[in-house]
Amino acid sequence: MPEPVDLDRFARAERLVHRTFAVLMVVCIVTSAILYNGALMMAVGHRHVVETIHVWCGFALPVPLLLGAASKAYRTDLGLLNRFTPADWRWLRSRSRRDGTIAVGKFNAGQKINSWLVAGSTGVLLGTGVLLNWPDLVRLSWRAGATFVHDWFALGLGLLVVGHVVYAMRDPEARRGMRTGRVSRRWARAEHRAWADEVTGTDTVGTVDSADRR
Amino acid sequence: MPQSPAPDEGTPLGRRAVLGLLGLGAVGVVAGSSVQNGLSQMLASVQMRDPTGLTSQIPLGDTWRYYSVTGAVTPRDPADYTLRVSGLVDRPATYSFADLEGLPQTSFDDTFQCVTGWSVPDVPWRGVRVSELLEAASPTDDAVGVRYRSFDGTYTVNMTLAQARADDVLVVLAMYDAPVTHNHGRPVRIYSGSMYGYKSTKWLSEIEVTPDNAPGYWEDRGYPLDGLIEDA
Repeated sequence: MPEPVDLDRFARAERLVHRTFAVLMVVCIVTSAILYNGALMMAVGHRHVVETIHVWCGFALPVPLLLGAASKAYRTDLGLLNRFTPADWRWLRSRSRRDGTIAVGKFNAGQKINSWLVAGSTGVLLGTGVLLNWPDLVRLSWRAGATFVHDWFALGLGLLVVGHVVYAMRDPEARRGMRTGRVSRRWARAEHRAWADEVTGTDTVGTVDSADRR
Repeated sequence: MPQSPAPDEGTPLGRRAVLGLLGLGAVGVVAGSSVQNGLSQMLASVQMRDPTGLTSQIPLGDTWRYYSVTGAVTPRDPADYTLRVSGLVDRPATYSFADLEGLPQTSFDDTFQCVTGWSVPDVPWRGVRVSELLEAASPTDDAVGVRYRSFDGTYTVNMTLAQARADDVLVVLAMYDAPVTHNHGRPVRIYSGSMYGYKSTKWLSEIEVTPDNAPGYWEDRGYPLDGLIEDA
């Protein structure tokens, strides 16, 4: 039997979480630009409509992240993202990190850190967003603090998203992994060797894990 | 399998990072206001010596955020402008921009404070006290409130008659010693020093004296009818 050319990378549930989160994030970013930038606000107007869209998409942002927990594949990947190994530190410090000398697992150190920052920033933006949306909750100086925090975390998260998209644009196979759930064996060996070894070392076709990942 | 990591290998740094960010956010909410003031002052001294002007692009406090609740508002020239004072008054009146410029002017520096928390300190305002126009119009005995209308066609906001007669409530003709810009409500806007920004109607077209103190645009959408700025 010939070796299958592709490896399962992301389960359908994970891709659905990613897509939903991405759509909500883009709406949040576009509406935030209109709310924050004077020239855009004056051109578009309708502040209450824009604000309402922004607020509800913002509240919805954590929902796919939480619903994803129903999927075993998502929970497993969350566990992988959570943990930082000595190899991750070496990879971060290495100048030649992309040459494959350091065997990278399913996620590299940069992807792990990005996931922490996105998750934490989303939580902070949600909390401060609640304070801004209901001005009765806390006193004025805290609302001023919430505005300050919301602005800077939004800027930070915006830059993370831009970086994420830039990396994705450079790597069509990585994009295919998130679009179809599957990546080529060659790509997996080049970018995530430890993970490729792990999933090809076992019978990838018939395992429970593989079935769940579809 | 040499480098196949066990699922529990490594340190759970992710959870710590997320909790750390949430903590940082909470500290920022409580202390952010003073941090921001400190940074803005520091930045102000840098900006005075910055010939490139790049530092003024940093999104750090004391910056205006412009709000518009309709589509693009058609700019209006002072030459075509009229302000109506109407409603429960003995002497309704219509003022041209030149009429308003001819009335006694009041100037002061005061903070523009938004209910959501952002503010711009020490803005120089100049204009005619609303109390002056109300005095001239002579509200009737059953007058309770004042309704400001905007020529954007949608925005309205109320004050009680007593609130509108306060010394720091102006029909603004100039900000920063210059004509009011379109984004700020050219040619004429309201400013109230003791109230949140949503009481300071832009693109002002009418001051109507009313028998009640009805909620206006943002008050219908959840903001307090009594928009007095709370003590810090």
